[in-house]
Amino acid sequence: MFEFLTKPWPWYVAGPLIGLMVPALLLLGNKSLGISSSLRHVCAMCVPGNIKFFNYDWKKEAWNLFYVVGIGLGAYLAATYLANPEPIQLGDKTLARLTEFGLSAPTSLQPMELFGLDQVLSLKGLIFMVVGGFLVGFGTRYAGGCTSGHTIMGLSNLQWPSLVATISFMIGGLVMTHLLLPQIFKLF
Amino acid sequence: MNNLQTKAPEACEAPNSQKESENIFGQLKYLLLGAIFGVIFIKAEIVSWYRIQEMFLLDSFHMYGIIGSAVITGMISVFIIKKFNIKTVYGEKVVLKDKVYNNGQIYGGLIFGLGWAITGACPGPLYSQIGAGYWAIFITVLSAIAGVWLYGKFRDKLPS
Repeated sequence: MFEFLTKPWPWYVAGPLIGLMVPALLLLGNKSLGISSSLRHVCAMCVPGNIKFFNYDWKKEAWNLFYVVGIGLGAYLAATYLANPEPIQLGDKTLARLTEFGLSAPTSLQPMELFGLDQVLSLKGLIFMVVGGFLVGFGTRYAGGCTSGHTIMGLSNLQWPSLVATISFMIGGLVMTHLLLPQIFKLF
Repeated sequence: MNNLQTKAPEACEAPNSQKESENIFGQLKYLLLGAIFGVIFIKAEIVSWYRIQEMFLLDSFHMYGIIGSAVITGMISVFIIKKFNIKTVYGEKVVLKDKVYNNGQIYGGLIFGLGWAITGACPGPLYSQIGAGYWAIFITVLSAIAGVWLYGKFRDKLPS
Protein backbone atom coordinates (compact mmCIF):
# COMPACT_ATOMS: atom_id res chain seq x y z
CA MET A 1 0.00 0.00 0.00
CA PHE A 2 2.71 2.45 0.99
CA GLU A 3 4.58 1.63 -2.18
CA PHE A 4 1.50 2.54 -4.18
CA LEU A 5 1.39 5.88 -2.37
CA THR A 6 5.01 6.79 -3.02
CA LYS A 7 5.03 5.75 -6.67
CA PRO A 8 3.67 8.34 -9.12
CA TRP A 9 -0.08 7.95 -9.43
CA PRO A 10 -1.36 6.95 -12.86
CA TRP A 11 -3.76 9.20 -14.75
CA TYR A 12 -6.74 6.92 -14.14
CA VAL A 13 -6.34 7.39 -10.39
CA ALA A 14 -5.56 11.12 -10.37
CA GLY A 15 -8.08 12.20 -13.02
CA PRO A 16 -11.24 10.76 -11.43
CA LEU A 17 -10.12 12.01 -7.99
CA ILE A 18 -9.78 15.52 -9.40
CA GLY A 19 -13.16 15.17 -11.08
CA LEU A 20 -14.70 14.33 -7.70
CA MET A 21 -13.64 17.79 -6.46
CA VAL A 22 -16.58 19.14 -8.47
CA PRO A 23 -19.38 17.33 -6.58
CA ALA A 24 -17.46 17.55 -3.28
CA LEU A 25 -17.39 21.36 -3.41
CA LEU A 26 -20.94 21.63 -4.73
CA LEU A 27 -22.43 19.37 -2.09
CA LEU A 28 -20.34 20.46 0.89
CA GLY A 29 -20.78 24.17 0.34
CA ASN A 30 -22.51 25.09 -2.93
CA LYS A 31 -19.14 26.18 -4.34
CA SER A 32 -17.97 25.93 -7.93
CA LEU A 33 -14.45 24.61 -8.40
CA GLY A 34 -12.03 27.37 -9.37
CA ILE A 35 -8.52 28.31 -8.35
CA SER A 36 -7.42 31.38 -10.32
CA SER A 37 -10.08 33.50 -8.58
CA SER A 38 -7.94 33.26 -5.44
CA LEU A 39 -5.48 35.66 -7.09
CA ARG A 40 -8.28 38.16 -7.57
CA HIS A 41 -9.35 37.78 -3.94
CA VAL A 42 -5.79 38.58 -2.86
CA CYS A 43 -5.98 41.80 -4.90
CA ALA A 44 -9.39 42.61 -3.40
CA MET A 45 -8.07 41.95 0.09
CA CYS A 46 -4.69 43.70 -0.12
CA VAL A 47 -4.62 46.25 -2.96
CA PRO A 48 -8.19 46.99 -4.14
CA GLY A 49 -7.28 50.61 -4.92
CA ASN A 50 -10.31 52.30 -6.34
CA ILE A 51 -10.76 49.60 -8.93
CA LYS A 52 -14.29 48.41 -9.54
CA PHE A 53 -13.11 44.90 -10.36
CA PHE A 54 -11.73 44.48 -6.85
CA ASN A 55 -14.55 46.09 -4.93
CA TYR A 56 -16.61 43.12 -3.87
CA ASP A 57 -17.10 41.21 -0.67
CA TRP A 58 -14.00 38.99 -0.80
CA LYS A 59 -14.78 37.68 2.67
CA LYS A 60 -17.72 35.82 1.17
CA GLU A 61 -15.20 34.09 -1.10
CA ALA A 62 -12.76 33.35 1.72
CA TRP A 63 -13.32 29.61 1.23
CA ASN A 64 -11.27 29.89 -1.95
CA LEU A 65 -8.29 31.20 0.00
CA PHE A 66 -8.58 28.34 2.49
CA TYR A 67 -8.75 26.01 -0.49
CA VAL A 68 -5.52 27.24 -2.09
CA VAL A 69 -3.68 27.30 1.24
CA GLY A 70 -4.84 23.69 1.57
CA ILE A 71 -3.38 22.93 -1.85
CA GLY A 72 0.00 24.21 -0.68
CA LEU A 73 -0.28 22.23 2.55
CA GLY A 74 -1.23 19.00 0.78
CA ALA A 75 1.64 19.48 -1.65
CA TYR A 76 4.01 19.95 1.29
CA LEU A 77 2.79 16.73 2.93
CA ALA A 78 2.99 14.73 -0.30
CA ALA A 79 6.42 16.08 -1.20
CA THR A 80 7.70 15.42 2.31
CA TYR A 81 6.16 12.08 3.23
CA LEU A 82 5.07 10.48 -0.05
CA ALA A 83 7.90 11.58 -2.31
CA ASN A 84 8.78 9.33 -5.21
CA PRO A 85 12.43 8.27 -4.73
CA GLU A 86 12.88 7.64 -8.49
CA PRO A 87 13.48 10.44 -10.99
CA ILE A 88 10.49 11.48 -13.10
CA GLN A 89 9.93 9.29 -16.20
CA LEU A 90 9.52 11.34 -19.36
CA GLY A 91 8.88 10.61 -23.02
CA ASP A 92 11.79 10.44 -25.47
CA LYS A 93 10.80 13.56 -27.36
CA THR A 94 10.71 15.52 -24.10
CA LEU A 95 14.13 14.22 -23.04
CA ALA A 96 15.58 15.16 -26.44
CA ARG A 97 14.04 18.62 -25.99
CA LEU A 98 15.79 19.08 -22.65
CA THR A 99 19.15 18.27 -24.22
CA GLU A 100 18.43 20.64 -27.10
CA PHE A 101 17.65 23.38 -24.57
CA GLY A 102 20.83 22.64 -22.62
CA LEU A 103 18.94 21.44 -19.55
CA SER A 104 20.21 18.47 -17.56
CA ALA A 105 18.27 15.24 -17.07
CA PRO A 106 15.53 15.56 -14.45
CA THR A 107 16.41 14.82 -10.84
CA SER A 108 13.30 16.32 -9.24
CA LEU A 109 9.88 17.54 -10.37
CA GLN A 110 11.24 20.91 -11.51
CA PRO A 111 14.33 21.98 -13.47
CA MET A 112 16.23 23.98 -10.88
CA GLU A 113 18.24 25.57 -13.70
CA LEU A 114 15.04 27.52 -14.41
CA PHE A 115 13.20 27.69 -11.11
CA GLY A 116 15.91 27.62 -8.44
CA LEU A 117 16.22 30.46 -5.93
CA ASP A 118 19.52 31.39 -7.57
CA GLN A 119 17.63 32.13 -10.79
CA VAL A 120 15.32 34.73 -9.29
CA LEU A 121 17.46 37.68 -10.37
CA SER A 122 18.61 36.21 -13.67
CA LEU A 123 17.22 36.55 -17.19
CA LYS A 124 15.84 33.01 -16.85
CA GLY A 125 14.02 34.02 -13.68
CA LEU A 126 12.67 37.11 -15.38
CA ILE A 127 11.22 35.07 -18.24
CA PHE A 128 10.17 31.84 -16.52
CA MET A 129 8.89 33.34 -13.28
CA VAL A 130 8.09 37.03 -13.72
CA VAL A 131 6.85 37.07 -17.33
CA GLY A 132 5.34 33.57 -17.11
CA GLY A 133 3.52 34.34 -13.88
CA PHE A 134 2.23 37.61 -15.26
CA LEU A 135 0.78 35.85 -18.32
CA VAL A 136 -0.87 33.23 -16.11
CA GLY A 137 -2.49 35.84 -13.85
CA PHE A 138 -3.51 38.30 -16.55
CA GLY A 139 -4.66 35.59 -18.94
CA THR A 140 -6.72 33.55 -16.50
CA ARG A 141 -8.61 36.60 -15.29
CA TYR A 142 -9.14 37.88 -18.83
CA ALA A 143 -10.46 34.43 -19.75
CA GLY A 144 -12.56 34.28 -16.58
CA GLY A 145 -10.98 31.10 -15.28
CA CYS A 146 -8.19 28.57 -15.55
CA THR A 147 -7.88 24.86 -16.09
CA SER A 148 -9.97 24.24 -12.97
CA GLY A 149 -12.74 26.78 -13.42
CA HIS A 150 -13.14 26.42 -17.17
CA THR A 151 -11.73 23.06 -18.21
CA ILE A 152 -12.90 20.94 -15.29
CA MET A 153 -15.82 22.84 -13.77
CA GLY A 154 -17.08 24.52 -16.95
CA LEU A 155 -16.89 21.43 -19.13
CA SER A 156 -18.45 19.30 -16.36
CA ASN A 157 -21.42 21.65 -16.55
CA LEU A 158 -21.42 21.53 -20.38
CA GLN A 159 -20.59 25.22 -20.80
CA TRP A 160 -19.47 25.94 -24.34
CA PRO A 161 -17.63 29.17 -23.44
CA SER A 162 -15.42 26.98 -21.26
CA LEU A 163 -14.68 24.79 -24.26
CA VAL A 164 -13.65 27.90 -26.22
CA ALA A 165 -11.41 28.91 -23.31
CA THR A 166 -9.90 25.42 -23.03
CA ILE A 167 -9.10 25.26 -26.74
CA SER A 168 -7.49 28.72 -26.43
CA PHE A 169 -5.37 27.55 -23.45
CA MET A 170 -4.13 24.63 -25.56
CA ILE A 171 -3.37 26.79 -28.61
CA GLY A 172 -1.43 29.26 -26.46
CA GLY A 173 0.53 26.42 -24.87
CA LEU A 174 1.31 24.76 -28.20
CA VAL A 175 2.51 28.06 -29.70
CA MET A 176 4.77 28.72 -26.72
CA THR A 177 6.16 25.19 -26.60
CA HIS A 178 6.74 24.66 -30.32
CA LEU A 179 7.47 28.16 -31.65
CA LEU A 180 8.56 30.49 -28.85
CA LEU A 181 10.45 28.39 -26.28
CA PRO A 182 13.09 27.24 -28.82
CA GLN A 183 13.78 30.94 -29.52
CA ILE A 184 13.74 31.87 -25.83
CA PHE A 185 16.29 29.17 -24.97
CA LYS A 186 18.68 30.64 -27.55
CA LEU A 187 19.02 33.65 -25.22
CA PHE A 188 20.84 31.66 -22.54
CA MET B 1 -29.34 51.19 -3.76
CA ASN B 2 -26.81 53.28 -5.58
CA ASN B 3 -24.40 52.71 -2.78
CA LEU B 4 -24.98 48.98 -2.98
CA GLN B 5 -24.20 49.02 -6.67
CA THR B 6 -20.90 50.78 -6.21
CA LYS B 7 -20.03 48.35 -3.46
CA ALA B 8 -20.69 45.20 -5.43
CA PRO B 9 -20.62 46.07 -9.10
CA GLU B 10 -18.83 42.95 -10.21
CA ALA B 11 -19.83 39.41 -9.56
CA CYS B 12 -17.03 36.91 -9.29
CA GLU B 13 -16.83 34.34 -12.05
CA ALA B 14 -17.65 31.54 -9.66
CA PRO B 15 -19.32 33.25 -6.70
CA ASN B 16 -20.02 31.47 -3.46
CA SER B 17 -23.67 30.45 -3.86
CA GLN B 18 -24.20 29.20 -0.34
CA LYS B 19 -26.74 31.12 1.73
CA GLU B 20 -25.61 29.65 5.04
CA SER B 21 -22.51 31.50 6.25
CA GLU B 22 -19.52 29.58 7.49
CA ASN B 23 -17.22 30.33 10.41
CA ILE B 24 -13.54 29.51 10.53
CA PHE B 25 -14.26 25.88 11.42
CA GLY B 26 -16.62 25.57 8.49
CA GLN B 27 -13.85 26.90 6.26
CA LEU B 28 -11.50 24.14 7.38
CA LYS B 29 -13.28 21.65 5.15
CA TYR B 30 -12.10 23.65 2.14
CA LEU B 31 -8.58 23.57 3.53
CA LEU B 32 -8.88 19.79 3.73
CA LEU B 33 -10.30 19.44 0.21
CA GLY B 34 -7.53 21.69 -1.06
CA ALA B 35 -4.97 19.52 0.71
CA ILE B 36 -6.30 16.46 -1.11
CA PHE B 37 -5.97 18.37 -4.38
CA GLY B 38 -2.42 19.35 -3.43
CA VAL B 39 -1.47 15.72 -2.76
CA ILE B 40 -2.87 14.71 -6.17
CA PHE B 41 -0.97 17.53 -7.91
CA ILE B 42 2.28 16.20 -6.48
CA LYS B 43 1.63 12.48 -6.75
CA ALA B 44 0.45 12.59 -10.36
CA GLU B 45 3.35 14.96 -11.13
CA ILE B 46 0.95 17.59 -12.48
CA VAL B 47 3.11 20.23 -10.75
CA SER B 48 6.07 19.37 -12.92
CA TRP B 49 7.26 21.75 -15.63
CA TYR B 50 8.60 18.66 -17.40
CA ARG B 51 5.14 17.07 -17.56
CA ILE B 52 3.58 20.19 -19.05
CA GLN B 53 6.32 20.31 -21.68
CA GLU B 54 5.64 16.65 -22.41
CA MET B 55 1.92 17.38 -22.71
CA PHE B 56 2.38 20.21 -25.21
CA LEU B 57 4.90 18.13 -27.14
CA LEU B 58 2.16 15.47 -27.40
CA ASP B 59 4.77 13.08 -26.04
CA SER B 60 2.65 11.35 -23.39
CA PHE B 61 -0.97 10.53 -22.72
CA HIS B 62 -0.58 11.18 -18.96
CA MET B 63 -1.88 14.77 -18.72
CA TYR B 64 -4.59 14.23 -21.33
CA GLY B 65 -5.75 11.15 -19.44
CA ILE B 66 -5.91 13.13 -16.20
CA ILE B 67 -7.79 16.09 -17.65
CA GLY B 68 -10.08 13.89 -19.74
CA SER B 69 -11.03 11.51 -16.94
CA ALA B 70 -11.46 14.44 -14.52
CA VAL B 71 -13.88 16.13 -16.92
CA ILE B 72 -15.84 12.91 -17.49
CA THR B 73 -16.08 12.27 -13.73
CA GLY B 74 -17.19 15.86 -13.20
CA MET B 75 -19.79 15.64 -15.98
CA ILE B 76 -21.31 12.46 -14.58
CA SER B 77 -21.37 14.02 -11.08
CA VAL B 78 -23.07 17.21 -12.26
CA PHE B 79 -25.55 15.16 -14.29
CA ILE B 80 -26.45 13.06 -11.24
CA ILE B 81 -26.76 16.13 -8.99
CA LYS B 82 -29.11 17.79 -11.49
CA LYS B 83 -31.09 14.66 -12.35
CA PHE B 84 -31.84 13.72 -8.74
CA ASN B 85 -31.86 17.31 -7.50
CA ILE B 86 -29.37 16.42 -4.77
CA LYS B 87 -29.15 19.09 -2.07
CA THR B 88 -26.04 20.37 -0.31
CA VAL B 89 -25.25 19.28 3.24
CA TYR B 90 -27.03 22.46 4.41
CA GLY B 91 -30.12 21.41 2.45
CA GLU B 92 -29.70 24.09 -0.20
CA LYS B 93 -30.33 23.64 -3.90
CA VAL B 94 -27.06 23.31 -5.81
CA VAL B 95 -26.43 26.45 -7.88
CA LEU B 96 -24.69 26.00 -11.23
CA LYS B 97 -24.06 29.30 -12.98
CA ASP B 98 -23.81 29.44 -16.74
CA LYS B 99 -20.56 30.87 -18.12
CA VAL B 100 -21.27 33.89 -20.28
CA TYR B 101 -19.32 34.04 -23.50
CA ASN B 102 -17.08 36.97 -24.39
CA ASN B 103 -14.04 37.22 -26.61
CA GLY B 104 -11.90 37.53 -23.50
CA GLN B 105 -12.14 33.78 -23.24
CA ILE B 106 -10.15 33.57 -26.47
CA TYR B 107 -7.71 36.45 -25.86
CA GLY B 108 -7.20 35.65 -22.20
CA GLY B 109 -7.15 31.93 -22.93
CA LEU B 110 -4.33 32.35 -25.44
CA ILE B 111 -2.37 34.56 -23.01
CA PHE B 112 -2.81 32.07 -20.18
CA GLY B 113 -1.80 29.22 -22.52
CA LEU B 114 1.49 31.00 -23.30
CA GLY B 115 2.12 31.43 -19.58
CA TRP B 116 1.13 27.86 -18.79
CA ALA B 117 3.82 26.51 -21.11
CA ILE B 118 6.49 28.88 -19.74
CA THR B 119 5.85 28.36 -16.04
CA GLY B 120 4.83 24.73 -16.52
CA ALA B 121 1.95 25.38 -14.18
CA CYS B 122 -1.59 26.61 -14.02
CA PRO B 123 -2.63 28.36 -10.80
CA GLY B 124 -3.28 25.22 -8.70
CA PRO B 125 0.11 23.69 -9.41
CA LEU B 126 1.78 27.05 -8.67
CA TYR B 127 0.51 26.83 -5.08
CA SER B 128 1.62 23.19 -4.99
CA GLN B 129 5.10 24.05 -6.16
CA ILE B 130 5.50 26.51 -3.29
CA GLY B 131 4.15 23.92 -0.86
CA ALA B 132 6.63 21.38 -2.20
CA GLY B 133 9.46 23.77 -1.35
CA TYR B 134 10.17 25.44 -4.70
CA TRP B 135 10.36 28.79 -2.97
CA ALA B 136 11.26 30.84 -6.03
CA ILE B 137 7.72 30.21 -7.31
CA PHE B 138 6.60 32.89 -4.81
CA ILE B 139 7.88 35.30 -7.44
CA THR B 140 5.71 33.64 -10.09
CA VAL B 141 2.63 33.92 -7.87
CA LEU B 142 3.38 37.55 -6.99
CA SER B 143 3.74 38.30 -10.67
CA ALA B 144 0.47 36.49 -11.39
CA ILE B 145 -1.24 38.64 -8.75
CA ALA B 146 0.25 41.72 -10.43
CA GLY B 147 -1.14 40.43 -13.74
CA VAL B 148 -4.61 40.08 -12.25
CA TRP B 149 -4.36 43.56 -10.75
CA LEU B 150 -3.36 45.17 -14.03
CA TYR B 151 -6.13 43.28 -15.80
CA GLY B 152 -8.59 44.66 -13.24
CA LYS B 153 -7.23 48.17 -13.69
CA PHE B 154 -7.41 48.18 -17.49
CA ARG B 155 -10.23 45.76 -18.21
CA ASP B 156 -12.55 48.49 -19.49
CA LYS B 157 -10.00 49.34 -22.17
CA LEU B 158 -9.41 45.75 -23.27
CA PRO B 159 -11.34 44.21 -26.16
CA SER B 160 -13.81 41.58 -25.07
